[in-house]
Amino acid sequence: MRAALRHYGPVLTAAITALTAFWIVVLIVLPQLLMVDFSFRPMLPPSKLGGPEDVHTLRNYATLWGNTVHRGIFLQTIWASALVTLSTLAVCYPVAFYMAQVAPRRRLATLMLLLVIPFWINELLRTFAWYVILAYNGPLNAVLMTLGLIDEPQRWLGTPGAVILGMVYVYVLFMVFPIYNAIETLDRAQIEAARDLGASWPRIHWRVVVPHARPGIAVGCVMTFMLAAGSYAVPAILGGPSSRWFTEIIYNWFFEGGNWNQGAAYAFILLVLCVGFILLMMRLFRVGIGEMAK
Amino acid sequence: MTAPADARAADAQAADARTADARTAADLPGRAAAAVPAHGAVPAGDRLARGLLGLWMVAFFAYLFLPLAVMAAATFNTSRFPTVTPWLGFTLDWFGVLFRDAQLWRALWTSLAVAVGVVALAVPTGLAAALLLWRLHGRARTLLYAVMVSPLLTPGVIIGISTLIFWDRWLDVRGGIFLTVMAQSSFIAAYAMLLVTARLQRFDPAQEEAALDLGATHLQTFRRITLPYLMPSVLSAAFLAFLQSFENYNTTIFVRGLDTTLTVYIASKVRTGLTPAVNALSLILIALTVLGAVAYEIARRRRRA
Repeated sequence: MRAALRHYGPVLTAAITALTAFWIVVLIVLPQLLMVDFSFRPMLPPSKLGGPEDVHTLRNYATLWGNTVHRGIFLQTIWASALVTLSTLAVCYPVAFYMAQVAPRRRLATLMLLLVIPFWINELLRTFAWYVILAYNGPLNAVLMTLGLIDEPQRWLGTPGAVILGMVYVYVLFMVFPIYNAIETLDRAQIEAARDLGASWPRIHWRVVVPHARPGIAVGCVMTFMLAAGSYAVPAILGGPSSRWFTEIIYNWFFEGGNWNQGAAYAFILLVLCVGFILLMMRLFRVGIGEMAK
Repeated sequence: MTAPADARAADAQAADARTADARTAADLPGRAAAAVPAHGAVPAGDRLARGLLGLWMVAFFAYLFLPLAVMAAATFNTSRFPTVTPWLGFTLDWFGVLFRDAQLWRALWTSLAVAVGVVALAVPTGLAAALLLWRLHGRARTLLYAVMVSPLLTPGVIIGISTLIFWDRWLDVRGGIFLTVMAQSSFIAAYAMLLVTARLQRFDPAQEEAALDLGATHLQTFRRITLPYLMPSVLSAAFLAFLQSFENYNTTIFVRGLDTTLTVYIASKVRTGLTPAVNALSLILIALTVLGAVAYEIARRRRRA
């Protein structure tokens, strides 16, 4: 603080501190804390706020446990997000490896640009593209029927498969870049040495490349899982009654059920789930938070 | 990783990619040299692996771009439902339908108002936070930094929810453009902070000291030395903030109140009343985004060169 004062003078320091404090206190910390507090209170009419019934309770959390439909959707969201993460990893690992170790330099710049462009396009629009493809009268059914793989059009939209497929597409780049960054720092001589010593390709990947890429894989998985579990756009557009997402339940508590306290509890559970996943990944891949933050 | 982090995380990654890019460029000559001799005596197994990998890359890029191409093509089909099969005939009518849609224009203005608000709040905030962090050391810096980047690791829906509860229940402010600006700024400021911090790391503090020693006031030094140096990163931050805000959906749906942004409008159109006009809108937005992205990338590369 004293250093700031010396370099920026009193006026600037005051302005800088005030803006930063506003951000941290009013935009980040207070809303989060109050949301958690709110989730531990019962829903009451304004007249009873602050009264004897306005106490902390676990009731809103018990709801999730007691409501089998919500619990089912919660578990399905976790399971489907894990599946999205795993599929995305499978799609991206070869791509990241190619870009980091195989691609000739001239091609790399172009490949990067091609990768970055879809990244810039709105998530909603990328999801919508799959809506067009998967529609009942859409090109996927037409192609499959022409190939003779199916006899009549299938309903793809509204199935869990459609949601998972859409998410893999939308979040693929969040997996490519961290893994690319990690593999990129691997000295090619290590791969050459392994090969000269007679290691097969699968073995080189398993013993040399993957261990080196651990932090990148961990970051990619964390990002993808969080984006998937917290997504509202993809299930809202590609999903249906049989593929409800936990975020949709939360939304309904707010804007259809009208019980914000209950919605806040579900939102906090989602946050805890995401933090839990980070810790799990750190353990699984044996990386520290510092390594991940890089 | 805030889910809404959706898009945001994207940019963090994009930033990563940028540094990676630079790194690659730096150590490439050596690498390229190593790769070439290896090519000479490639065993059959290697060639197979390489071929498969090449095929995978082709399939991957087809997977990235084909859906977008199909969506774009459907704009020009006369079919009332957006599709390319069957192809009923070429038309540009859907653009006309789009331009006559009054709701769309209102949604566009709402989105622009929010985006301008976010740029005006999040960019100065990110700049201030970066300047403050720069002068801090040790524990205080680590802690503050962790709090600042935490919104990037929170699902976007949760940012929307916590903002809504705080303002609506404690301060009696209802959802709308104002709350949307507040909610979006809480994580977009983190991007601005990261971009400015990256540039500050290459700043030579002696410039500042010199200006002060020569009798400039603190404000003069900031305006004439520090700010001009940081300007490229501030402009990048403004550009990213605008785009992030314009694209946001997961956070916005909770805090929008009765206001409809463009993304909210598109999502509601897809579910009720979908026509190829939505494709026409998507096509226009994608074209603008790609132009912006390419211009941004070129500007960045030129600065670096």
